Amino acid sequence: MEYKPIRKVVSGNYAAAYAAKHARVEVVAAYPITPQTSIIEKIAEFIANGEVENLQYVAVESEHSAMAACIGASAAGARAFTATSAQGLALMHEMLHWASGARLPIVMVDVNRAMAPPWSVWDDQTDSLAQRDTGWMQFYAENNQEVYDGVLMAFKVAETVNLPAMVVESAFILSHTYDIVEMIPQELVDEFLPPRKPLYTLTDFDNPVSVGALGTPADYYEFRYKIEKAMEKARKVIKEVGKEFGEMFGRDYSQMIELYRTDDADFVFMGMGSLMGTVKQAVDILREEGYKVGAAKVRWFRPFPKDELYELAKNVEGIAVLDRNFSFGQEGILFNEAKGVLYNTDARPIIKNYIVGLGGRDFTVSDVKKIAENMKAVIEKGELDVEVDWYHLKR
Amino acid sequence: MEIPENVKKRLSIPAEEHFYAGHTACQGCGASLGLRYVLKAYGKKTIFAIPACCSTIIAGPWPYSALDANLFHTAFETTGAVISGIEAALKAKGYKVKGEDGIMVVGWAGDGGTADIGLQALSGFLERGHDAVYIMYDNEAYMNTGIQRSGSTPYGAWTTNTPGGKEHFLEKRHKKKVIDIVIAHEIPYAATASVAYPEDFIRKLKKAQKTPGPSFIQLFAPCPTGWRSPTDKSIELARLAVQTAYFPLFEYENGKYKINMPSTKKDPKPIEEFLKLQGRFKYMTKEDIDILQQWVLHEWEKLKKLAEIFG
Ligand SMILES: Cc1ncc(C[n+]2csc(CCOP(=O)(O)OP(=O)(O)O)c2C)c(N)n1
Ligand code: SF4
Repeated sequence: MEYKPIRKVVSGNYAAAYAAKHARVEVVAAYPITPQTSIIEKIAEFIANGEVENLQYVAVESEHSAMAACIGASAAGARAFTATSAQGLALMHEMLHWASGARLPIVMVDVNRAMAPPWSVWDDQTDSLAQRDTGWMQFYAENNQEVYDGVLMAFKVAETVNLPAMVVESAFILSHTYDIVEMIPQELVDEFLPPRKPLYTLTDFDNPVSVGALGTPADYYEFRYKIEKAMEKARKVIKEVGKEFGEMFGRDYSQMIELYRTDDADFVFMGMGSLMGTVKQAVDILREEGYKVGAAKVRWFRPFPKDELYELAKNVEGIAVLDRNFSFGQEGILFNEAKGVLYNTDARPIIKNYIVGLGGRDFTVSDVKKIAENMKAVIEKGELDVEVDWYHLKR
Repeated sequence: MEIPENVKKRLSIPAEEHFYAGHTACQGCGASLGLRYVLKAYGKKTIFAIPACCSTIIAGPWPYSALDANLFHTAFETTGAVISGIEAALKAKGYKVKGEDGIMVVGWAGDGGTADIGLQALSGFLERGHDAVYIMYDNEAYMNTGIQRSGSTPYGAWTTNTPGGKEHFLEKRHKKKVIDIVIAHEIPYAATASVAYPEDFIRKLKKAQKTPGPSFIQLFAPCPTGWRSPTDKSIELARLAVQTAYFPLFEYENGKYKINMPSTKKDPKPIEEFLKLQGRFKYMTKEDIDILQQWVLHEWEKLKKLAEIFG
């Protein structure tokens, strides 16, 4: 079948809901939270309109139970999906470990939202990054198209390596903003994403399994190692799946870090999610003004694209890491990760951390320009003014 | 051991064993008996979800399992949610769930995992109407973590965080009536049961199997370790709990109450008979015992009235 995309103008949330539908999810268990709610409302609408078959929608009483129900469903062999945000994701935390530990390829959309208090419903990456060590893969979408594509790819990768995956989109900037999304006809999605083949199921009654039993010190360690092995395998699988997606549908995701005009760049801006759209636009403008700059968008935060970062770092004089998140007592989380990767390599560009846009603070092209000026001065001087720059702080 | 066919025919409960010897429960453990009966009633075509509790240990560490059935070990507070998800998946995949030949999805959780931390997920499960059975085995404390009070611990009981002693820091609240909370959800079938009456328990399990929608059974399961009772007295204790009306056996079916035991015709035995065999009640004063006795009789009268009016 020849690929003819179906163009729809949808919000990021609807893009996520359509992707779940096209992935033929079998169980959706979810709990409402702003700004995630319209994802599950849309899915409920699909069911009400008879647009989906064999989809069980479990309207649970909390996010903790949403993840627990997805875990039960996935363990019983179903393709399970949920979506949440901030406080909801934090409430799920315990169960995120359960999903990865039981090797269940659940896919979840997290709408990046700032953690309370003070209450905030706006964009901030700390909620998802705080789940860093749960054994979930994490894909950050720049725009609505990437939300849609990301969910489909996440299922494929997750089901190949038997680990859960999170697709992250930003609050309101994507979740509630309408844009053109190219959707894939169902038959071609089916070709790309065949039915799930579970690692085990609870429905083989002749060969019963006991999943998640007590692991004594003689065995527990190896279970952890196998999760890490699966993450390592995911690096390869992500590239293959991203390439296959590109070949089938024209959008290539084979790079875990998307490089934008970095070839001859003196320094690059590195970051994740929707803010990188702004950065790319700023790069174009800065290039016209004579700055040799580029953008490096980290698509997959887990597994972390170590090799690609190293390759990038070898060829630039500086990296400005833009973090819409913060790890208290230390620094921005992406910055922390990047420095950690580079220490034991011979690539040592100047690397500086800019904390930007927390709690939905606007992040604009002119902000990127100011950061570029500062970064240029830092590189020329050959030393950091400050390592962590709370760029937006009212002083 | 092979059981001869003619003997099998005379047995009132299934002869088949799907719970292996070599499990790791303490001697005289009521919970392990309960698991054995559930497996007898439902056989191999069962999916268990067991949260953190003594039964996690009883079922055995990786790579072992004492259960000849599928088992998902889950987080402490998630039994209701995880069985909801399992049931939803089975339905999405077109399996028959519950009923005579359907797959049995069974949540098996302690009183702590049910009355306290798991109450929210239990409520969600009941309210949504999933085709599964939730069994709360009630040993009246958190045993897995070393005998701490739960919402289901009775008035006057010693536990390690209600230790008794000079300052008289015993449990001061009466047992939470989880079954009443369950019934408030107006589910089709709820019952209490006891390991001292396996025929009654298995009959109730079968009824739960036949009844569509969510079912709930609260199973009284003595714990010699936590109750400080002799290991050979568990069945006697479970029986006395019923005979004193401390833990009466009854069923709630589509709005109707039916008392199974003790007989409503005569007065229940005095509560002391149940208390005196257990070290956990040794700090109780005469006054404490009176308070507990009054509560037991008051609850018993309430239940009798319910059975009378809604029988
Ligand atoms: C979130 C969480 N908090 C605490 C615990 C520790 N914990 C494990 S089992 C248990 C008590 C279980 O008591 P109960 O449900 O009554 O079952 P029993 O051990 O008596 O069989 C506790 C507190 C846990 N596993 N998870
Ligand atoms: S502590 Fe009690 S409930 Fe736990 S295994 Fe021992 S007897 Fe059974």
